[in-house]
Amino acid sequence: MSFEPVLTKNVGHPEAVTLEGYVARGGYESLKKAFGMKPAELVQLVKDSGLRGRGGAGFPAGTKWGFLPQEHPGPIYMVVNFDESEPGTFKDRYIADNDPHQIIEGVIVSSYATRASGAFIFIRGEFLAQAKIMEKAIQEAYKGGYLGKNIQGSGYDLECVLHRGAGAYVCGEETAMLEALEGKRGWPRTKPPFPAVEGAFGKPTVINNVETLCCVPHIINKGATWFTGLGTEKSSGMKLYGISGHVNNPGVYELPMGIPCNELIEKYGGGMRGGKKVKAVIPGGVSTGVLTADELDCPMDFEGPIGRGCLGLGTAGLMVMNEQTCMVTVLRNIVRFFAHESCGQCTPCREGAQWMYRILNRIIEGEGTIEDVNTLLELAETQGALPGKTICGLADGTAWAVKTIITKFRSEFDAMVTDNVAIGN
Amino acid sequence: MTWESIDRLTPIDQPAETLLDEAFRKDILDRAAKYPAKRAALLPALHAAQEKLGPLSDQVMVEIAELLAISPADVLDTATFYDMFTREERGRHLIGVCESLSCELCGCNELLDALTEKLGITPGQTSNDKRFSLVTMQCIGACDFAPAMLIDGELHKTVSVEHLDEILRKYT
Ligand SMILES: Cc1cc2nc3c(=O)[nH]c(=O)nc-3n(C[C@H](O)[C@H](O)[C@H](O)COP(=O)(O)O)c2cc1C
Ligand code: SF4
Ligand code: FES
Repeated sequence: MSFEPVLTKNVGHPEAVTLEGYVARGGYESLKKAFGMKPAELVQLVKDSGLRGRGGAGFPAGTKWGFLPQEHPGPIYMVVNFDESEPGTFKDRYIADNDPHQIIEGVIVSSYATRASGAFIFIRGEFLAQAKIMEKAIQEAYKGGYLGKNIQGSGYDLECVLHRGAGAYVCGEETAMLEALEGKRGWPRTKPPFPAVEGAFGKPTVINNVETLCCVPHIINKGATWFTGLGTEKSSGMKLYGISGHVNNPGVYELPMGIPCNELIEKYGGGMRGGKKVKAVIPGGVSTGVLTADELDCPMDFEGPIGRGCLGLGTAGLMVMNEQTCMVTVLRNIVRFFAHESCGQCTPCREGAQWMYRILNRIIEGEGTIEDVNTLLELAETQGALPGKTICGLADGTAWAVKTIITKFRSEFDAMVTDNVAIGN
Repeated sequence: MTWESIDRLTPIDQPAETLLDEAFRKDILDRAAKYPAKRAALLPALHAAQEKLGPLSDQVMVEIAELLAISPADVLDTATFYDMFTREERGRHLIGVCESLSCELCGCNELLDALTEKLGITPGQTSNDKRFSLVTMQCIGACDFAPAMLIDGELHKTVSVEHLDEILRKYT
């Protein structure tokens, strides 16, 4: 089946970075249709399309929008999650690099659908070049009458502000993002209240990932049935897959949801570097856990990785490891990340990740024991918002990485603690 | 993120003039007006102050606090949470090497070793001539270009040890 790129159709057309070039390639087309519809009709359209969040959790976007209070007298805000800090993820950066106005178009129609009067695009602080691109695009959109008062004569007003983060992975968590937006430390909030009821500046707020919002104009243009015709039953539409690690052609590839993992690696990632074999693949950022070489038939939709013990599809940023990779070292790298990024509010996450990091160091230095490996698994059980032990999902990422890597590659851990043998070294 | 306690007993020397000039203040207040609450301009203010004046001094934080009508402790609390804000003097150029998984798989450790050898500093240190500071970073969203490195915010893609001399030469 041949697939015409949608989200990446402007890649290779550098003129599309400017407003003029973007419009010439069919950009901002969806506004006409959207402004002819009622916000509630647009929410229904997005519900019908089955669009699920592309930021990691896969929550249905239309359903989330439906949680907003119906007769709210005050302002509603849209917050765009451009934090993109999950290791293995670089798809939103790719959109901004190639097609910044697509993001703004998505923000406008989605804000209109949710009756938002202000949109805050929260971009991670390290994306300096992308912040400049977005700032320029926003200025152009204001000048062209796509932002500000009475957008394209529709009577709809929307203000849009780019807000830079300052280096903290946890700010990708939606309520930590709201805190950072409000000028505070990025500490996730306890829920409820959920942002749809009380979010940014105490007002009802929708938070969506960049890629999620970019899908909306295309759904408006081509219809919900077109979108559900792509992908699988429970994971409709197209997806930006990122591939990195030991492959020949790391990069972003747009495909319908559900493509098997091995096809992605072979056909798009260009196969393994040096003709080596695959040992393990992380399906969507280090929070999601790991797939083994025997599980590569896994369809890369929202269900596939879950069916194989992973936390989920995550961000669909695949990290591919070859047969010479030491999985104990891989786990240490991941746990170091979570130990570094824990915001420190919850004891299991703050202490647990540090403790696991020290254990893994000990094991790698040849001082580990079988009990150490069991302690790692035990600590993983104490982590996470899913089992109700922590405020946010950061610790679930730690837990899933530890659980899946140790259970799926137990023999490597055992070999290292009993014989001090590292695989691949 | 880091935790930090400050000595509250020693009075801060009050400089004769303020550090933040009128143009800077106006710029931040203009930014603040775009948000429903003034404090929301704190991250933008800290970014701007650090870019203009270097490491965030107590005095700068006091002035930002006054500008945004919050307490200096709130400014300190926020500033110390984020990796990009610093209170310490750094070299003229900041090298940040990503050490997350894809970069480790693609050789960031070799890169760090080579940098340590060339510059005589380990991550967290500044060279004696104050030319470079070296830090490790968590995934910088450039895994397709692993191993990836930022110098003064500029991305260097798929860096190999052989490229290093040529890359560093640009930064004097
Ligand atoms: C620790 C943590 C980090 C996250 N980082 C990101 C991120 O960088 N980008 C993102 O879009 N979502 C991130 N999320 C998910 C957001 O909390 C939220 O679910 C998402 O922005 C919702 O948008 P979506 O429904 O469009 O995916 C993160 C969640 C957690 C728990
Ligand atoms: S789980 Fe970790 S990152 Fe999340 S709120 Fe608790 S301590 Fe902070
Ligand atoms: S792992 Fe280094 S840029 Fe993502």
